[in-house]
Amino acid sequence: MELRDTPDEAAFRQEVRDFIAANLPDGSAKRGARRFEDADREWSRKLGEAGYAGLTWPAEYGGAGAPYSHQAIFLEELARAEAPSHLGVIGLGMAGPTIMAWGTDAQKERYLSKILMADEIWCQGFSEPDAGSDLAASRTRIEDQGDHFLVNGQKVWSSFAHIADFCILVGLGDPDAPRYKNLTYVIVDMHAPGVDVRPLVQITGHPEFNEIFFTDVKVPKENLLGNVGDGWQVAMTTLLHERGTLGFALSATLAVAVRKLIALAKERKVTDPILLDRIAREWIELQALKYTNYRSLTALQKTGVPGPEGSASKLVWSENNQRLTKLALEILGSHAQLTNGGGYADGYWQYQQLRSRGNTIEAGTSEILRNIIGERVLGLPRSR
Amino acid sequence: MDFSFSPEQDDLRREARAFLEANPSPSMDQLQELGWVGILKNHSSEDSDFTFLDAAVIFEELGRVLYDGPYVLNEVAGQPGDEVWSIEIDGFVPHLDQVTRVLTADMQGAGASGETLATVDESLHLGKLSRNGTEPAEGNWDDVRRRLLAALALESIGIGSKVTELALAYVSGREQFGKKIGTYQAISHSLVDAYVAVELSRSLAYWAAWSVAENDEQVDLATAAAKSQSSEAAVLACEKSIQAHGGIGFTWEHPLHRYYKRALWLEGALGYGREQRAKIAQSLMAL
Repeated sequence: MELRDTPDEAAFRQEVRDFIAANLPDGSAKRGARRFEDADREWSRKLGEAGYAGLTWPAEYGGAGAPYSHQAIFLEELARAEAPSHLGVIGLGMAGPTIMAWGTDAQKERYLSKILMADEIWCQGFSEPDAGSDLAASRTRIEDQGDHFLVNGQKVWSSFAHIADFCILVGLGDPDAPRYKNLTYVIVDMHAPGVDVRPLVQITGHPEFNEIFFTDVKVPKENLLGNVGDGWQVAMTTLLHERGTLGFALSATLAVAVRKLIALAKERKVTDPILLDRIAREWIELQALKYTNYRSLTALQKTGVPGPEGSASKLVWSENNQRLTKLALEILGSHAQLTNGGGYADGYWQYQQLRSRGNTIEAGTSEILRNIIGERVLGLPRSR
Repeated sequence: MDFSFSPEQDDLRREARAFLEANPSPSMDQLQELGWVGILKNHSSEDSDFTFLDAAVIFEELGRVLYDGPYVLNEVAGQPGDEVWSIEIDGFVPHLDQVTRVLTADMQGAGASGETLATVDESLHLGKLSRNGTEPAEGNWDDVRRRLLAALALESIGIGSKVTELALAYVSGREQFGKKIGTYQAISHSLVDAYVAVELSRSLAYWAAWSVAENDEQVDLATAAAKSQSSEAAVLACEKSIQAHGGIGFTWEHPLHRYYKRALWLEGALGYGREQRAKIAQSLMAL
């Protein structure tokens, strides 16, 4: 057991710090509440050129082939500097790994390198108004028309759709097939006729997510991932990678939130022992998440398979973030009602607290995650 | 960065688990034969490969079987010689009738005489020390306190894991309304919360053990965080396990109440969570 950076890790950490100091655009730290399109494509391209975009991607797909520890260090340093993420988070974390696992050589050649350089942005078309957690209930039709697929339907909760070039789309391929064998997974060109993206304003007042409407959208046959009817399995690959790579980013962003919470407490000169107790608890919870992710990381590096402790990370992070942001509002007192914070933190906490309510819904609701942990990690009898 | 135990430590865990499942209440002589007694003292000599992380494995495994002797406190006290030591904690001495010497917070060693008290956790044998014939002990209390906080955290993790496993086994077999009760989300989600609390605390307990072994600069924060969170997780896991067991979990014959009583002692020993968090907050606000 060695919880410090190895010399190699320390050198990589320093390299990333130097890179961020030299390249981070001014003012990007305050970007939190703004829409993704404001984030700099140029920044994403720089990350790609420096080899930081596909750190753990194999070299044959243009990645750095680096160990997962480098990915964790990179995310920690990015969060520490409050630097914006790469615009291609869906491509890097979800579409890319899915294409590597299921794609044809032609698909790998066509799509992967453009994800790294942020030349093409991806979005995800999974959730629907009537199929949220229950993906297999998708009603979006992906009809086989012989020489192409025809897509009709609606998707929601799609971050980046308004700037995306491609969408990983799961829909109903065969309405007569049994559940879990009825789905088909395709890559859709977001610039194709019949694709309509509308911003969806959330409780924060910001249109971070989108709705996507598909009306008679023609999708070429070569855009199929896996076979017709494999959609469920392909989607599971996507979601595995979503949760697998998410953990490190989550503890890194929580570290920023805890740091800001302590700064706020000092600025507000908090002496109330009950508030101090709760602040300490958030700091402890952060350490627990961070070191749990380190345990997962070690297991991942040694076995190639994430350890079971990792599946708890997203569940715990989302609840931590909700509790922490409400604590910040309590420390702000009456200023919490002022949109700009009345001189404290420029409205950061007001936005973050409202945004945090989505944390227990997006990327697997807490209820679904508890089902997954109960059945897949703890081996409890299946309820369905 | 490598957050895992070594293959040798994994072997030690397997051996310890097998031995303790057969002998949950080993004598000090038996533990001596296994080479576990003085494992920390040997660490301070140059010729030993053992660190606090090896002891950590044993402490956690002892928690799993609700070990009822003075071994852990004797190790944590770290005194030279062949006598068996306990430590006075918050005014009482666990296992007073099972040791010959007692270490006090002012770093005095006293003869183990005094009154043994009726204790809620009957295996704890708390006693009230009559301080006769004290003489200065070796080392300093800060080191003892850090080792003790880490050891209490590790013992808590052993308890939390064990009672969660008992509950999982029970709800996977017990049927009501024609179904295994583990299929009901009111049951399964409650046990997931116990599991998650214990696993997250486990990371803190191992971090604390590493910090003690390395005398890391964050050792005080790590041990306070680990002890508060792990002991609270152990209590939570016991309570959820009792609830999931229903009526049988509330009986004297079922072992759960013994785990629960030990967890309640661990939660308070050397200060409840709020006391640990007050120290952490003080340090965070001063940085």
